[in-house]
Amino acid sequence: MIDMTLNPNADNPAQRTPLVQGGMDFKDVSHAVCDISERKTPKIWFLCLLASLSCLGLLKTAIIYLIWEGTGIWGLNNPTYWGWAIVNFVFWVGIGHAGTLISAILFLLRQDWRTGVNRFAEAMTLMAVACAGVFPGIHIGRVWCAYWLFPVPNQMTLWPNFHSPLLWDVFAVSTYATVSLLFWYVGLIPDVATMRDRAKTKYRKIAYGVLALGWTGANKHWQRYEKAYAILAALATPLVLSVHTIVSFDFTVSNLPGWHTTIFPPYFVAGAVFSGFAMVITLMTVVRHIYKLENIITIRHLENMCKIILLTGTLVGYAYAIEFFIAWYSGVEYESYAFINRAFGQYGWAYFIMIGCNVISPQFFWFKWCRTNVIFMFVISIFVNIGMWFERFVITMTLSNDFLPSSWDYYAPTIWDISTFVGSFGLFFTLLLLFLRFLPIVAISEVKNCIPEADPHHGDHH
Amino acid sequence: MSTQEKEWGLITEFTSSKDIFHAAEKLRDEGFKKFECYTPFPIHGMDDAMGLKPTKLPWLILVCGLTGLATATGLQIITNADLYPMIIGGKPNGVGSLVAFIPVMFELSILFSAFGAVFGMIGINGLPKLYNPVFKHEAFKKVTDDGFFVVVSVDDPKYNTQKTTEFLEKIGGKDVTVIND
Repeated sequence: MIDMTLNPNADNPAQRTPLVQGGMDFKDVSHAVCDISERKTPKIWFLCLLASLSCLGLLKTAIIYLIWEGTGIWGLNNPTYWGWAIVNFVFWVGIGHAGTLISAILFLLRQDWRTGVNRFAEAMTLMAVACAGVFPGIHIGRVWCAYWLFPVPNQMTLWPNFHSPLLWDVFAVSTYATVSLLFWYVGLIPDVATMRDRAKTKYRKIAYGVLALGWTGANKHWQRYEKAYAILAALATPLVLSVHTIVSFDFTVSNLPGWHTTIFPPYFVAGAVFSGFAMVITLMTVVRHIYKLENIITIRHLENMCKIILLTGTLVGYAYAIEFFIAWYSGVEYESYAFINRAFGQYGWAYFIMIGCNVISPQFFWFKWCRTNVIFMFVISIFVNIGMWFERFVITMTLSNDFLPSSWDYYAPTIWDISTFVGSFGLFFTLLLLFLRFLPIVAISEVKNCIPEADPHHGDHH
Repeated sequence: MSTQEKEWGLITEFTSSKDIFHAAEKLRDEGFKKFECYTPFPIHGMDDAMGLKPTKLPWLILVCGLTGLATATGLQIITNADLYPMIIGGKPNGVGSLVAFIPVMFELSILFSAFGAVFGMIGINGLPKLYNPVFKHEAFKKVTDDGFFVVVSVDDPKYNTQKTTEFLEKIGGKDVTVIND
């Protein structure tokens, strides 16, 4: 019997109520989660899917036109060769990080509260990485030559240059996508087996039966499963830190003022975690409300994520400050100019959107009311998402003012830049909606493990 | 083709993780070797209760990781130092530029280890296995929901349909049933 006098949000672990609230038992948990995809598809889902598919259509159109016409359709100009493609790429890769962080780092730290949100966050990672993958693929202009990025023998007997950070990216991002997929799938196996055993129709039985690989829940299997999962978490932890570090090398390894700094790797990683958690909050607050998952994804889950946003947001703010300080302290006039220009030059507006959204808005989370009010945290998370997009924009736009003043130019996006970016959200939400509809969105077996009765020594007095 | 069914084991149900845990301890102490506990989630301490040895999976993963490291090192040195040496900014090739090769070495070590972990786990567990005699037991559907089952295999040296049934009932098993393959 759960003592309801306990406080679900207490800071002292001994005074907390269990993570699963409302007195749910094992059966209730499976039912609450599986029912989402078993009950009749709600109309709103079809409406959302229609909207997402329209956006996806926009992405397709933009890409087809790009292949037909070339990168000239974008607002690229002579100093700014990268433009929105790289901004969007870094933005989407960053979004993905929260999923891996929740599933890997919090797993290693034995943070049980992750179980309510990890499945959803991992799925979000995969979808974000899929969106990220689009941009480097299309921004190279001659899209049909994208395979040159991979070390495959070709007719010119030319090999890619492994000294190049762009090639490191290829390996980092594709490894990250693969490992995230494996991690997600391994976590899904026991839960898909639950879906299989509850399935009523023939097609569901076959589909979930095949996906579950014949999982029976035998203890020998669980033993290896848990070992594999723990090792995957241990592998994914340095991996997630390395991915954004390597993405930051794209910038750091160049000699451009404003980019050639050693702070980039930790600063990019903090920013990625920051934006990723913001996206988890944005989506999770909506999903838990629509699917009535308040007992599994509790306020405590959301509050913990707000605390992580506060931490990483403050780290990002610190990075902005130290970048400025070092630009002055180094005495390098190009470096100083790059930063003064960033804040007060032609892109100053973007710089202050970034500061407002990323540094100021998360500071509200010092207050408990802000961390526990779902609508408030939803709004802040949107600000963070916007701010983090602008952070990448601000960094990339340093290109517009390089060493040679005669080539300076102002970068403005065209309708096709905007369509591609908006369209990428279509891809993201289409995949997300399909996931919400057909797969267990909460890690059922892991949540069950957080129920006190799961412990064989529950109630024993040693 | 023979339609004759062969006895495969005895299945019994327990009501809670606590019951199945203590049942496993009793089966272990009684000297049963080939029995299995089926649970909806991993129960901590169950490996000891059943007398299982730790899995060798980590060693397999280590071997895979080292293979990844060797692949990455070989790939980069062969392609960038031997097949198509590119000297950029006077930077040395081959082992001399190992530092630039570290990101890819790291990534491939992780990638191969992850393959080892996932496919190793699936392979050692004998999955995918879409047919399993336990699925014939109607109540077994509950196992992924809130069911706790113990199966004693006919291969167990101590197996005896009559005596084992009595033992399972004594330790709290409900509805002890024979499963045929």
